[in-house]
Amino acid sequence: MLLHIDSIQTYYGSIQALKGISFTVDQGEIVTLIGANGAGKTTTLHTLSGILHPRHGSIFFEGQPIHTMPPHAVVRLGIAHSPEGRRVFGRLTVAENLDMGAFVRRDKAAIKQDLDRVYTLFPRLKERQKQLAGTLSGGEQQMLAMGRALMASPRLLLLDEPSMGLAPILVDLIFETILEINKQGVTVLLVEQNALMALSIASRAYVLETGSIILSGTGKELLNNPDVMKAYLGME
Amino acid sequence: MAVLRPAGEFDQSYAYDMATMRRRWQWLALAGFLALLYALPAYGSPSLVSFVNRAAMIIIAVQGLNILTGYTGQISLGQAAFMITGGYIAVLLVTRLDWNFFLALPVAAIGAGLVGLFFGLPSLRVKGFYLAMSTLAAQFIIPWFLRNAFPEVLNGAQGLNAPPPELFGVVFNQPGRFLYISLTVLIVTTVVAHNIGRSRLGRAFVAIRDQDLAAELLGINPFKYKLQAFFLAAVYAGLSGALFAFHLRHVNSETFSLNDSVILLGMLIAGGLGASVGPILGAVLIQGILELATMAGPAVSPFLPSAAAGAVQALRPLFFGVVLMVFLIFEPRGLAHRWSLIKAAWRLRPFSH
Repeated sequence: MLLHIDSIQTYYGSIQALKGISFTVDQGEIVTLIGANGAGKTTTLHTLSGILHPRHGSIFFEGQPIHTMPPHAVVRLGIAHSPEGRRVFGRLTVAENLDMGAFVRRDKAAIKQDLDRVYTLFPRLKERQKQLAGTLSGGEQQMLAMGRALMASPRLLLLDEPSMGLAPILVDLIFETILEINKQGVTVLLVEQNALMALSIASRAYVLETGSIILSGTGKELLNNPDVMKAYLGME
Repeated sequence: MAVLRPAGEFDQSYAYDMATMRRRWQWLALAGFLALLYALPAYGSPSLVSFVNRAAMIIIAVQGLNILTGYTGQISLGQAAFMITGGYIAVLLVTRLDWNFFLALPVAAIGAGLVGLFFGLPSLRVKGFYLAMSTLAAQFIIPWFLRNAFPEVLNGAQGLNAPPPELFGVVFNQPGRFLYISLTVLIVTTVVAHNIGRSRLGRAFVAIRDQDLAAELLGINPFKYKLQAFFLAAVYAGLSGALFAFHLRHVNSETFSLNDSVILLGMLIAGGLGASVGPILGAVLIQGILELATMAGPAVSPFLPSAAAGAVQALRPLFFGVVLMVFLIFEPRGLAHRWSLIKAAWRLRPFSH
């Protein structure tokens, strides 16, 4: 088991956002959390990467408790987080943004290899190496945010809403790339509102509603679940 | 970087892309310019020498503020207080402990840096406007402390007098000689500041400024880097203040005030936040305008005989205010940005955009 989350409860001040969530991610999987706005998907990822800390419950990464660690320590363990809304450094170039992804690493040769890997995954980024990230299109910025996270050479990649605000053709491309990244050996925890796409590539999935997990199963199972179809896929 | 490049020249290697100086003539131009500055006492008027002296020392303080506010995005209204701190430490080391000025200078800078670090602690909790308010505290606490604490050492409101710096029998007792010290320190601080901007440290600063959440997720500990920025900014302020104390041969709790902190911030905005040439351009421009205002005073006074004294007093803030407003409206990214546009236009001619 790569990641084990045990009944975490996270609060914003006095408001409880996560009401005791437990789930696991195994090595090599793509696991997805789906749910509506405000269900707690982003909060879950922020709690994982140390931006927020759970008031109760624990998180284990490769058996090691990480729920009290600050974000910069979590990254060093091999968890990279591509945040919602991409958050690229607009005034740095594409290449500099990718450089920043490897901030915690010192192994120059391996960094260079990872850079080549990112450019192979996203040839568009290579073409735009010297362009300021702020001038990229939304899809390109998403590629950059994912590439930047990969530059940390993570074993677990957290992706928060990679399809947000993208044209359908780019959504397809992004999801194909997620599959490709996974094939290269990176475990992926994917948070999505685009439930159809997320479920179709996920090995397993959890459905979140107002801070609790209400349903879980393989991607296929949930795709064919009548409740999920109705509530998240818009199908009767 | 800071030099015009012709069209058709491409960066063919990473080192070349990162280089500050790419051509030999750029080095020659720089060396020539510096030689002219160093030789200034031989041909320049005393008032020009004094101006270059003051400008050099002010640039150092603005360079420090640029690290903190320009690169790291933490607004500080305490820079002048750290200048006084550096001034006091340097003068005390020289007068009380008989240190040589050139040894006292770096120690004073580090001392001021540690004080700055302390006043940077609120940056753990507060951001933006609120942080500006908490750095304002330095601007009140430090002068109050210097005025009231240990009167037998700090000499209360009267402050301290400083002897001229001395090295190997040379006494730097005139502006013309002091210029060698201020220019040399300025060259060092410029090289250091420019390289901080391009280094891993500088990238971390910029990441915190532009996307603090993403910066944290990439493994940057924001508190650590913010404190480093506060430290470096105050080290620069301390250097500047120590130089000023020995240039004026005196320092007291009012040598630099809140007013100066605001002017330093104005210089940084006019020059361009987060660019290494920004402090140089901004400090020279604003200081030039302020001194012009002082010179214009006597010229204006005959027309306003009843309010002459007041008018002369008012000209400086008036000029400063107008210039700052003009910049905020027409050139909010400062002279450094305009300069980079000019360079780009030259490089891309005749197809500049």
